[in-house]
Amino acid sequence: MGVGIEVTTLNAWYGTNHTLQDINLNIPANHATALIGPSGCGKSTFVRCLNRMHETNPVARVTGTVRIGDLDIYADAKPVEIRRRVGMVFQRPNPFPTMSIYDNVAAGLKLNGYSNRHALDEIVEKSLKNSALWDEVKDDLKKKSGASLSGGQQQRLCIARALAVDPEVLLMDEPASALDPVSTAKIEDLIFQLKSQYTIVIVTHNMQQAARVAEKTGFFLNGRMVEFDFTQKIFTNPTDKRTEDYITGRFG
Amino acid sequence: MRNEHTLRAKIRTLADYAATGIAVFSTVLVVAPLVAIFIYLVYKGAVSLNWDFFTKVPKPVGEAGGGMANAIAGSAILLGLGSLIGIPIGIGGGVFLAEFGRGTRLANAVRFTADVLNGVPSIVMGIAIYSLVVVPQGHFSAFSGGVVLGVMMIPTVCRTTEEMLLMVPNSVREAALALGVPNWRSVVAITVRTASPGIITGCMLAFARVAGETAPLIFTAFGNGDWSARLNEPIAALPLQIYVYALSPYDEWHRLAWAGALVLIILIVLAVSLVRYVTSRGVLKGAS
Amino acid sequence: MPDPSPHDGDPQAEVAPHPVSAIRSFLLTRGNSALADRGFHWLMVLCALSIFGIVVLIAAELVLRSRLAWGQFGLDFFYKAYIDTYTGLPMYWDPVNAHFSALPFLYGTIVSSFLALLLAVPLAIGVAVFLTEMCPGALRGPLAFITELLAAIPSVIYGMWAVFVLVPLLREHVNPWFIKLLGWTGFFADDNPTGLGFVSAGIILAIMILPIISSLTREVMTAVPHSQREAVLALGATRWEMIRTGVLRNARIGIVGAIILGLGRALGETMAVAMVIGNSPEIHRSLLANGSTMSSVIANEFAEASSDLHLSALMELGMALFIVTIIVNAFARLLIWAVTRGTPSSAH
Repeated sequence: MGVGIEVTTLNAWYGTNHTLQDINLNIPANHATALIGPSGCGKSTFVRCLNRMHETNPVARVTGTVRIGDLDIYADAKPVEIRRRVGMVFQRPNPFPTMSIYDNVAAGLKLNGYSNRHALDEIVEKSLKNSALWDEVKDDLKKKSGASLSGGQQQRLCIARALAVDPEVLLMDEPASALDPVSTAKIEDLIFQLKSQYTIVIVTHNMQQAARVAEKTGFFLNGRMVEFDFTQKIFTNPTDKRTEDYITGRFG
Repeated sequence: MRNEHTLRAKIRTLADYAATGIAVFSTVLVVAPLVAIFIYLVYKGAVSLNWDFFTKVPKPVGEAGGGMANAIAGSAILLGLGSLIGIPIGIGGGVFLAEFGRGTRLANAVRFTADVLNGVPSIVMGIAIYSLVVVPQGHFSAFSGGVVLGVMMIPTVCRTTEEMLLMVPNSVREAALALGVPNWRSVVAITVRTASPGIITGCMLAFARVAGETAPLIFTAFGNGDWSARLNEPIAALPLQIYVYALSPYDEWHRLAWAGALVLIILIVLAVSLVRYVTSRGVLKGAS
Repeated sequence: MPDPSPHDGDPQAEVAPHPVSAIRSFLLTRGNSALADRGFHWLMVLCALSIFGIVVLIAAELVLRSRLAWGQFGLDFFYKAYIDTYTGLPMYWDPVNAHFSALPFLYGTIVSSFLALLLAVPLAIGVAVFLTEMCPGALRGPLAFITELLAAIPSVIYGMWAVFVLVPLLREHVNPWFIKLLGWTGFFADDNPTGLGFVSAGIILAIMILPIISSLTREVMTAVPHSQREAVLALGATRWEMIRTGVLRNARIGIVGAIILGLGRALGETMAVAMVIGNSPEIHRSLLANGSTMSSVIANEFAEASSDLHLSALMELGMALFIVTIIVNAFARLLIWAVTRGTPSSAH
C-alpha cells in the first residue's frame, strides 16, 4: 500500500535560479496525482525533490520539508534510503543497455544485495505482470537485452524495474511523452491499475492524460503551485484565473 | 581582358590538379614504407618461423638453430606484470575523471598531465625506474621491467577509460541512482559495465603500445639468454632481444631477429585491427 | 480539503494496514553505504593523483641522480668543449678523462629532428588533405587504418628495417648523388662510407613521426565547420583554393600544434635512431656524418657506464630530455586544445 506525501514550504534552487518557491501540498495515498503546467514551470524539479534526485546536480539546493508517510526525507534519512522507497520512471525509457530483461527488472534488488534466486524469479514475474509486459517477453527474459525492446515496451520495462523494489510511492516524469499513442494508452491503463497499490505522482504536459488517470491535479506556474484540487474541478471550474488560462490554451 | 581571365582560370585549374596530384603522391609515399616493411619482414622472417623458434632458447654464438621462446615468454610475463599495475590504476583514474571530477580543475590538471606524460620518451621512463627500483634492488629484474611498462600504460588507459565512460548517457546513471543503488555500486556495476567494451579496447591499445617498447627495458629487465620466470632476475623480452640480435655481427642471430620482428609486428597488427573492429562496430551497442 | 477515499460509499470503513512486504523490510536493512561511497571515491582520487605522482617521481629520480654531474660541470655541461691532448681537436664526451659535455647530443637531436620535420610535415599534411578532402569514401577507412598501423610499429622494427634496407639503399644509390650535387655546400661530405648518419636517421624518424602529425592534422581539419568550406566554394573557388583558404587557413593553429607534437615525438625517439645514426660523440657539419642524439647515447652507454660520474652525466641528459619533451608536448597540447575546443584523443 502507498503512503501520503506532505510537502511544506519547499524551495529549490539550481545555482542561483530559484526554481521552486514555497510549495505546499498534500498528496493523497493510493491515488494518482497529476502535476501540470507549461514547460519550465518547475514540475519536474518538484518531483525530483520527492526522491532527492534533485540534489544529484552539484549546484542544487533545497529547503523545506517533505514527509513521505511519517518520514521527513531530508532530515531523517539519506538519499539512497529514500530512493529505495520512492520509485521513478523517466521521460525517456532508460533500461540498462547491457543487461537482459530479467536482470533489468531485478537490478534494484540485485544491486542492493538481494540474492535469493527463487524469490527473484517470482518478483520479476510479478513486476512484469504488473506492468503489462509479461506476456510479450516471458520467453526471452534472459536472452534479450533491455535495449532491444520497442520504446513502449522499454518504458513498461522501466516501470517493472521500479515496481520490483516494492516502493511506496511511484514518481512518473512525463512517462508517455516519448511514446506513440498506442503505447501511451497502455501506460495510462497501467497507471489506472497500479494506483490502488501505490501512491502515484505523474508529471504531464498532456491535460487530457491528467484528466484520465488522476484524482487530483496540481497546476504549476513559474515555480509556484497555483492551484491543487480535484481533477474534475481543475478542468471544469478552476478557482484561479491563471489555471483557467492554461486549461483553455491561452498559453503553454 | 578576356585573355587574362582565361589564363588566370587555367592557372587556377592547373594548381588544383597539381595539388591533388601532390596529395595523392604523398599518400602513396606514406603507404609505401609500411607495405615495404611488412613485405620485407615476411620475406626475411617467415622462413625462420618454425617450431624451434617458439619453443627453444637461443643457442650459443656460432651454433645454428635455437629460437626466441624465452624472449616471447619473457615479454608475456613483463606485459602481464605491467597490465596488473597499469590497468587498474589507469581505469581508476579514468573513473575519477568521468564520474567524480567532471569539470573540476583537478580533473583538468590530471587529464592534461596524462596527455603530457604520454609524450615523455620511454627511455627517460626507463632510467627513472632504474633509479627507483633497480638501484635499491642492486640488480636488474623482471619486476622493474614490469613496473616501467605498467607506469607507461597508466596515462593511456586513464584517458581512453574516461572517453568511454563519458559516452555512457546520463540517463543510465540516473536510472541506477533512482533505484536506490549506492553510488559506488552504480559506477561499478552499471556505468563501467556499460562502457566495458570500450574500456577493454583502450587497455588493448595501451597493451599493444608497450608490447613493442625496447628502450625502457634495456636497463630494467635487461634481457636474458635463457629461461627466467623469477621476478627478481633479469628477463628476456622480444623487442629487446630483436634489438640486441639485429645489431650483433652474427648472421644466425640476424635470422632470429627477423623472425622475432615478424612475430612482433603480427601480434601488434592483430591487436590494432581488433581495436579498430571493436570501435567501428559501435562500442556501446544499444546504449543510445 | 477532504481526501478522496477508496471506500466512498462507506465512511466507516478503514483501509486495513498493509503488512510491510518482505522486500521492503529487506531493503530497510541495507543501510546507506556512506562509508563504501566515500572509500570508493577516495580510491578513485588516489588513482588519478598517481599521474601527478608519476611525474613527480620521475623528476625526483632524475634530479637526484644527476646531482653529481651538475655539481661537477654546472651549465658547462651543455656547451663546453675540451681540447684533446693528443689531437688538439675539441672533444666533448670523454668518459676516459671524465669530461662530459652534451653539446654533440644537443646538436644531433636538433639536426635529426629538424631533418625529420622537413621531410614529414609536407607529406603528413598532404596525406591529411587527401584523406579529409579528396579521398573517395570507400578508400578512406582502409587508408586511415594503414596510417594508424604505421604509428603502431615498434621503433626497433623500424630500426632493423632501416639498418638492413634503408641504409644500404642510401649508401649505394642516394648519398652519392647528394655528394655530387650538393657537396659544395659543405653539408654533404664524402668521408662516411657506412651510410649511417643524420640523413638515415632523419628519414626513418620522418616515417615514424608522420602518422601522428597526419592524424592530428586530420582531426583539426575535420573540426573546421562545413559552413567555412561552403562559403569559399560559393565564391567560385576551385577545390584546392577551398582547401587552402577554407580549411587549412582555419586549421593552421592546430596544424602547428600537430607539428610540434611530432617534434616532441622525434626528440624522444630512441631505438631506431640509435641503430642508424652511427653513434659518434662528435660534431660534424656534414649531414652524412655519424652523430648521436640525447636519447641514443643514453641507450648505448647507460648499461655500461664506466663511472658514477658517467652515469650521472647520462642521467642529466635524461633530465634535460624530460624537461624539453614536457615543455614541447604541453605547448602542442595547448595549441590543439585551443583549436578543437576539447581534449584530443589520447590514442596518440
